[in-house]
Amino acid sequence: MGDTILNIENITKSFPRVIANKKVTFDIKKNAVHAILGENGAGKSTLVKILYGLLEPDEGNIKLNNKDFKVNSPAEARKQGIGMVFQHFSLFDSLSVKENLILGIDEKMSYSDLENKLENISSRYNLPLDLDAPITALSAGEKQRVEIVRILLQDPQILIMDEPTSVLTPQEVESLFVTLNALVKEGRTILYITHKLEEVISICDTVTIMRSGEIIDTSSTANQTAKTLATKMLGQKLDDLKTNYGHIKDEVNFEVKNISCDFNDPFLTDLKNISFQVRVGEIYGIAGVAGNGQSELMDILTGENINIKSGSITFDNKKIEKYGPQKRRDLSISFVPENRLGHSAVPELSLSENILLSQFPKNNFIRNGIILKNNVDDFANNVINEFKVITPGNDAKASSLSGGNLQKYVIGREISSKPKILIISHPTWGIDAGAEHSIRESLIELSQNGTSIIVISQDLDELIEITHKISVIYDGNLSKPFKTSEIEIEKLGLLMGGKNE
Amino acid sequence: MNSLFPSIVSRSQSSSLMNFFVPIISIVLTLITGSIIFVLLGFDPVYALYTFFISPISSTYGISELFVKATPLALIAIGLSYCFKNNIYNIGAEGQLTMGAIFGGGIGILFHDTNAFWLLPLMIFAGAIGGALWGLIPAILKTKFNTNEILTSLMLVYVALFVLDYLVVGPWKDPFGYSFPKSRPFSESGRMPLLFDGLRVHFGLIITLFLIFISWFIFSKTIFGFQLKVSGYSPKAARYAGFNQTTLVFFAFAICGAFAGIAGLAEVSGPIGLLYRDISPNYGFTAIIVAFLGRLHPIGIIFASLVIALTYLGAEDAQLFLQIPSAVGFIFQGLVLFYLLGAELLINYKLTYKKLL
Repeated sequence: MGDTILNIENITKSFPRVIANKKVTFDIKKNAVHAILGENGAGKSTLVKILYGLLEPDEGNIKLNNKDFKVNSPAEARKQGIGMVFQHFSLFDSLSVKENLILGIDEKMSYSDLENKLENISSRYNLPLDLDAPITALSAGEKQRVEIVRILLQDPQILIMDEPTSVLTPQEVESLFVTLNALVKEGRTILYITHKLEEVISICDTVTIMRSGEIIDTSSTANQTAKTLATKMLGQKLDDLKTNYGHIKDEVNFEVKNISCDFNDPFLTDLKNISFQVRVGEIYGIAGVAGNGQSELMDILTGENINIKSGSITFDNKKIEKYGPQKRRDLSISFVPENRLGHSAVPELSLSENILLSQFPKNNFIRNGIILKNNVDDFANNVINEFKVITPGNDAKASSLSGGNLQKYVIGREISSKPKILIISHPTWGIDAGAEHSIRESLIELSQNGTSIIVISQDLDELIEITHKISVIYDGNLSKPFKTSEIEIEKLGLLMGGKNE
Repeated sequence: MNSLFPSIVSRSQSSSLMNFFVPIISIVLTLITGSIIFVLLGFDPVYALYTFFISPISSTYGISELFVKATPLALIAIGLSYCFKNNIYNIGAEGQLTMGAIFGGGIGILFHDTNAFWLLPLMIFAGAIGGALWGLIPAILKTKFNTNEILTSLMLVYVALFVLDYLVVGPWKDPFGYSFPKSRPFSESGRMPLLFDGLRVHFGLIITLFLIFISWFIFSKTIFGFQLKVSGYSPKAARYAGFNQTTLVFFAFAICGAFAGIAGLAEVSGPIGLLYRDISPNYGFTAIIVAFLGRLHPIGIIFASLVIALTYLGAEDAQLFLQIPSAVGFIFQGLVLFYLLGAELLINYKLTYKKLL
């Protein structure tokens, strides 16, 4: 480890309604692997996007080798010696490895020069490549190698790796670590973005922990354990519990049994033998870091994906795993997926029209194929009044509402039909504190009236505040449930980081 | 210093007022560009534009002709809006039109010496079936094999045209036609009734207006219209709502094909009266422009069909009086589409010049 290569001072970046980076300050030492650890939404990506010239900070300075560093585009960042390997690859599938590499370089270079350079890089850093293979034929790990080589061709001083192991097999991870070690030995610096605790300890020298846009701590990884890191990453979140178990009945009314699903897609997580049971009136939380199978599981719970490999979903003694969304609604199961714009609501349509996306048997919205507009409008007005949605009226477009208001409206739409089961993903994602509070309140109230609720969320505060039981999903596996009132935060953190004791 | 080339940045909110004005702006820009073209060709732009856009409709006959041309355009365009609203790019309406003409015209040829009230309704029905069946081919290919409907529907246009070619030079050739590539004429009751004596505007116009009204009702009042719209705006939301997208694709293609088929039948049983090679001056393709110029709205489509029909008439007059090739009409249609797409882009995106260091 050497001198400081990058000084980040007081970087602040805000987006509408959220501050992604709050006075972020830390140094990165030369010739080391420096981790940035944090939950999703902690502000890691914003920070590296600023470093790579994709975003401009509102305030603050960055110094590279003690000189002011300011870039407006990735091309400039590369010129100054910062390269980045993204989580999602940007390669042309139909072209060969060599062709992709030549497209990625800014200066002119002949094929033979390129080949010489590549041979050199391949052998030095343990990055074997078949130059003539088309990208489509490569595994995720091989594609990542192409990306790394492409960046190395520009000889960067600092290499940013964004969640590099998320699409790799364990063997590929091993070989990536060999590469990273070789790079550091040569005097390069690696900025390693991750939420995996084990990786931080095994490969990184220093770790900066971020939470809600702020730096919690920067320290050497030498004295850290997965436990201490987890606590810092998640914060002390067990303060205000107010979950009430009294109203829950013993009767299980929703059961998922041994659901497995393969996708054959490196960007989707296969689900492995997922089982859980929800009792009447219970709020069941599924925690986990994004990309561990949550959205895949959600699609299976809503019926948007009914192509499962094995397993069953039982509700009211009926097997429903092959039912589509409408058939499940007919049984009084209701859903709110994570994404409001374009999934649970259509931004281009009015609030009234958006009511029609989710119809339950007792709604009287349609007769002989014709929409009964008055009934729909009445229903929309009810939701607007009851859930205090701020809007000029039911004919306002969904896109004109703030995130929080639209979310209140969508959840209101689902709750108003008094479903027996509510399945909801990230109920308060990206919305303001006021709306967050009122949504959590209505969920708790709903459960007390006998609705079973399944909440998938990355927000541990939220899950601890409203759920009765929590399981953690990691890499498509669901842990056993823990009673929320008795759970230990370290235990959760370890499970979320993939460490099962 | 700013960079030389602008980059295209998405606008967070598009202006609904400008959205409304897009068609009008495109038409004005088309006229301006058209005048420049006329000047470059050495014509007085005022006289040329007059010849192109005013003189064709300065007589009752001219106005009747305008409606004759607008009828198939509007009917196909409203059919296309079922597909376009659902984000299905069916550009094979010309083929569906041709198949409609073949099916309906086939009935007309079969009963060429029959005079009965049921003949025309039967021909219209057969035309609708023919168009719908031809439209269902790309629908099946799209839903079963995930093929791109733009390619398949377009390629099927040429298949349909060759089928028609084969029929009129082969089995359906008029035995008394001196070997011309055309069929027997249909009987009197197999023809679209004329609305006014001495004018060519025919009953197809009434059918078109009726179907436009029905479509307006479907788009704005029924759950089917709502499902088309949702699945066009956001397939994910449609899946969430549980709408069956395969069914929607089938219906959209079938309805569009049926409308185009009726338009084709209305052409051959209206102004033409028999089957031959060139039954349509690309109505099926031009209707795509009409549909977008009319912003997929029934009323808009009526106006757009009149505007585009005028370019057909204007091109004929321009050829007659200015000795300009009638292809100028296609240039005007192309210009309208060009400006329309350009204005559309600028409503949703803005151009910004990045600062260079």
